[in-house]
Amino acid sequence: MLNHFFFLPRGHGIRQIESAWIKYVLCPRPLIVTVGLRIIPHSDVRVSLYYLGSTISLSPLTVHDALNLDEPGLVQALQAGDERVFAAVMDWYSGSLLRLAMSYVPSRAVAEEVVQETWMGVLEGIHRFESRSSFKTWLFRILTNRAKTRGIRESRYESFGLSVSSTDADEGHSTEDSLFVAEGSRTGHWIDPPLAWEPDTPERVLLSKECRAAIEHAIGNLPVTQRQVMTLRDIEGVSSEEVCNILEISETNQRVLLHRARTKVRRELAPYIQGGKM
Amino acid sequence: MDTNLKSKLMKYMAGNFTCREIAQLVTDYLDGSLTLGERVRFQLHLGLCFACRNYLRQMKYTIALLRQWPPEPVPPHVKEELLKRFRTWKQRPPQSSGKPGTD
Repeated sequence: MLNHFFFLPRGHGIRQIESAWIKYVLCPRPLIVTVGLRIIPHSDVRVSLYYLGSTISLSPLTVHDALNLDEPGLVQALQAGDERVFAAVMDWYSGSLLRLAMSYVPSRAVAEEVVQETWMGVLEGIHRFESRSSFKTWLFRILTNRAKTRGIRESRYESFGLSVSSTDADEGHSTEDSLFVAEGSRTGHWIDPPLAWEPDTPERVLLSKECRAAIEHAIGNLPVTQRQVMTLRDIEGVSSEEVCNILEISETNQRVLLHRARTKVRRELAPYIQGGKM
Repeated sequence: MDTNLKSKLMKYMAGNFTCREIAQLVTDYLDGSLTLGERVRFQLHLGLCFACRNYLRQMKYTIALLRQWPPEPVPPHVKEELLKRFRTWKQRPPQSSGKPGTD
């Protein structure tokens, strides 16, 4: 059980979602709210609170919270061969590693092998780990290095990955351009102004197969680096600084890639949420 | 609101950001990487433009959906295999490992 505190302005309410539990609160005055989180073993607990239709994301729990260990403590435990810590860290990160690996290699089976190789790499290197980067960044860097090597061997990364920066760069200035008036006095205005989306919770929307398929399709069709940035930032909740270190890209580049990816996913999603054209 | 009036308001009050520019800056805005001036102009535009407010909400909603995406399941045999290798690794003295890990 872990408590998070956050600030809630006057007159705003929050609803409970999935892994966090909290009573519905309508604040008479600004409040500091405590959110109790149940730590579900072997799962990454992500918490979003809905705040009058828009989302506040609390910083996700880290493996350090779950194990009650700080970074040096975690590294020392791994170096000392603490199996409980290794199992917990492996459980915590393997899903994220697998998802990222799948953007480098052609099949899930190969991605699983890359994840295994990554953990073997951790065991090989943990005694020389010097905390110049965070453990998480180091771990993901091992994965990207192995996944690249493997992807080249499987000849996919060569065709998609290595040339990807140019694919991404050639994509034109903005993927939203077609949504706006290009000439005349209304230049830069919406052709079809975006409508309000029905405020349903993401959990409810994700229960719809069509919607899940649309998102999967949209993510699957992204250029590789856009997909990698989106996977890490939006799905796995990795910070932008860490994403830059893991993928070895600049902050600006990272944001451009993320923006393009989000724009495309939003566009694919629109028909399923508002049931009309976007 | 009358479109002409809106255009004028946008031009003179909302710091000249067009809807297109707003759409292009959404991620920068959400990441907090706009300058103070840009941020103010962005918010002024939002205050006057329901379409851009909707667009920003749609983007936030898209991000919220991605955040709730279920974790990728790792097959149990992969974990068991790794734990087995971990136990073997534990038996070995630390220096006998192979390639260096890049920190």
